[in-house]
Amino acid sequence: MNLSEAANFLKNYNGRELRLMEVCGTHTAGIVQNGIPSMLSDRIHLITGPGCPVCVTVTDYIDRLINLAKDPANIIVTFGDLMRVPGSAGSLTQAKASGADIRYVYSPAEILKLAKEDPGHTYIFAAVGFETTAPVYAALLSGALEEKIENIKLLTSLKTMPQAIRRVSDGIDGFLAPGHVAVITGTEEYRQLASELEVPFVVSGFKGEELIASIYALTRLAEREGKAGFINLYPQAVKEKGNEAAKAATESFFEKGDAAWRGMGIIPDSGLYIRSEYKKYDAGSHDLAGDSEPEGCRCREVITGKLPSCDCPLFGTVCTPEHPVGACMVSQEGACFNSAKTTKNY
Amino acid sequence: MRRDCPLAVLNIMADKINKTHGAGGSATSELIDSIFREAFSNEYLEPLSDSAVLPLPAGKKLAFTTDSYVVRPIFFPGGDIGRLAVCGTVNDLLMSGADPAYITAGYILEEGFDTDDLKKVVASMADTAKEAGVQIVTGDTKVIEPADIKEPGLLINTAGVGFIDEDIDISPARIKPGDAVIVSGNLGDHHAAILGCRMSVKNNIVSDAAPLTQMISGLKDAGLDIHAMRDVTRGGLATILNEFASSAGAHIRIEESSLPVSEEVKGFCGILGLDPLYMGNEGKCVIILPDEEKEKAVEIMRKSPYGQNASVTGSVSCGTPDVTMRTAIGGEKIVSPLYGEGLPRIC
Ligand code: SF4
Repeated sequence: MNLSEAANFLKNYNGRELRLMEVCGTHTAGIVQNGIPSMLSDRIHLITGPGCPVCVTVTDYIDRLINLAKDPANIIVTFGDLMRVPGSAGSLTQAKASGADIRYVYSPAEILKLAKEDPGHTYIFAAVGFETTAPVYAALLSGALEEKIENIKLLTSLKTMPQAIRRVSDGIDGFLAPGHVAVITGTEEYRQLASELEVPFVVSGFKGEELIASIYALTRLAEREGKAGFINLYPQAVKEKGNEAAKAATESFFEKGDAAWRGMGIIPDSGLYIRSEYKKYDAGSHDLAGDSEPEGCRCREVITGKLPSCDCPLFGTVCTPEHPVGACMVSQEGACFNSAKTTKNY
Repeated sequence: MRRDCPLAVLNIMADKINKTHGAGGSATSELIDSIFREAFSNEYLEPLSDSAVLPLPAGKKLAFTTDSYVVRPIFFPGGDIGRLAVCGTVNDLLMSGADPAYITAGYILEEGFDTDDLKKVVASMADTAKEAGVQIVTGDTKVIEPADIKEPGLLINTAGVGFIDEDIDISPARIKPGDAVIVSGNLGDHHAAILGCRMSVKNNIVSDAAPLTQMISGLKDAGLDIHAMRDVTRGGLATILNEFASSAGAHIRIEESSLPVSEEVKGFCGILGLDPLYMGNEGKCVIILPDEEKEKAVEIMRKSPYGQNASVTGSVSCGTPDVTMRTAIGGEKIVSPLYGEGLPRIC
């Protein structure tokens, strides 16, 4: 099957109505970037699930970060789009404008350097992410340990995917398995999930052709109702056992615990926390469960796939990429941001 | 000059910039004489008076622009802040249809900045001005406390003037359905080079910082009727085309497969989740002109050293005033302007 045959099939698909979900921020962005929604029959609905790490982070976490930022002894370090995400009272951008020292970095290695050169401050890194980024944070901790750098702490909001997928699987006819996560964790978890939930899973790459091939495969599996099925269409990067070294690094610094997800509440064992033996590196990441959404924002339903972004009454009027109301509009991996980018005359 | 000559001591610059260099006294003159004057020397600068007095060509309009340059690192693959400070201002003049003539050089030096590095920046600025065909006719230096004591740097402001023929009218309002959209070369190079430096990523990406004087005068000399033209800097091609579409009240459609992007930049963007359509260049422009002139324009642009990858990437039509793209795999999508800061993705 070549690209144009697959594309043809998807455009003319006339079988049962399908709701297919992607749960990886890079897939969300890739789908939009390649104009894939325009290539599908209107019987195939692509739904964005909880794959954006910033979007699923609860406001308690942002609030704690802002509180830490208020202490002049602390310097907050972050990457990604956390800066503009609203907490219950303001965002990091606002905290920065009123004098807090908050910095962007492009790689965690920069933090080691910053901290080493400035022992008078504590560098608090906003460690948000999934299984994908956990090994990176583990490497940072291992660097700090090795170089005996004491003035680094992590405020973690680290989550693991499979439990969240179970929570949102109602009414979903097939999943694109989280690509980057599967590179680390391997295919096994998703093969099991497929048979447990009785829906098909396809592991996909990120390029346009790879996404089309995967959506084609998923559609073929999903058109037969109630059948599971699992295909790895990204075998060059995703192995059955994943990346064992990365998994071992994560395990040596992090342990499982319950985690609060926006829109899904507390999901047992779906979080990663710094192990108790290294707790001096933890900036207080446990028990951050409270979540207050901005008024009128329906991110909770959007994240869980229950509401398309454009059905949020604020979408495109009050809430736009220039003036985002909720995290889903702030983050470049967010469902609302990506819908807004592709919506005419919003 | 030998050290044992007592007068020579006066001419030996300190190896780091200090407060006295900006105080307006003898150290300032020494700095100007030993670094700036020689590098920039020309008949209008030479009197070193309070303002440069310049001749005005008859029957022309004046174009006037200014920009400040704060890039870090100061030296990057393919250029430095001095080259950038000339290219940015010269290209801005060119885009309004002017022939760039004179620029200014305002240097804000941070205390502790290396004098040898300053010499390098100044030399690069002088070379670039020569290449761009402009003279640096007046300037200023100030010294301030460094923003980061570990890494004192410098900032440069340049203003520039150029002259426009009375009959030239280049503005987005002239864009018409049927026009062609041409991009002068690979997108994203400068942005990717700077980001690569900041992230300490080793790759072969070099900034495209370049003055487009030769390319644009080639187009003008050929008598092509350029409707609109813009240098592709911050915000990238996507943002410019959106501005064009809305000021022209016309629709712009581009083809992903004909967008020039180097393989290195594609790879780099793929890893970081960046999109070359939103990345800045410092030596590329987008030109809109009548469809029947597009081949001629591309041919002329490709002859210039900075336009070898010039290509027709889209067209203007009647319709909603926005931008769409046919993607490489055959999808259609809206191309929005840049929102936020275009940061790398986490997931
Ligand atoms: S459109 Fe804005 S307000 Fe509505 S759910 Fe999305 S982020 Fe929240």
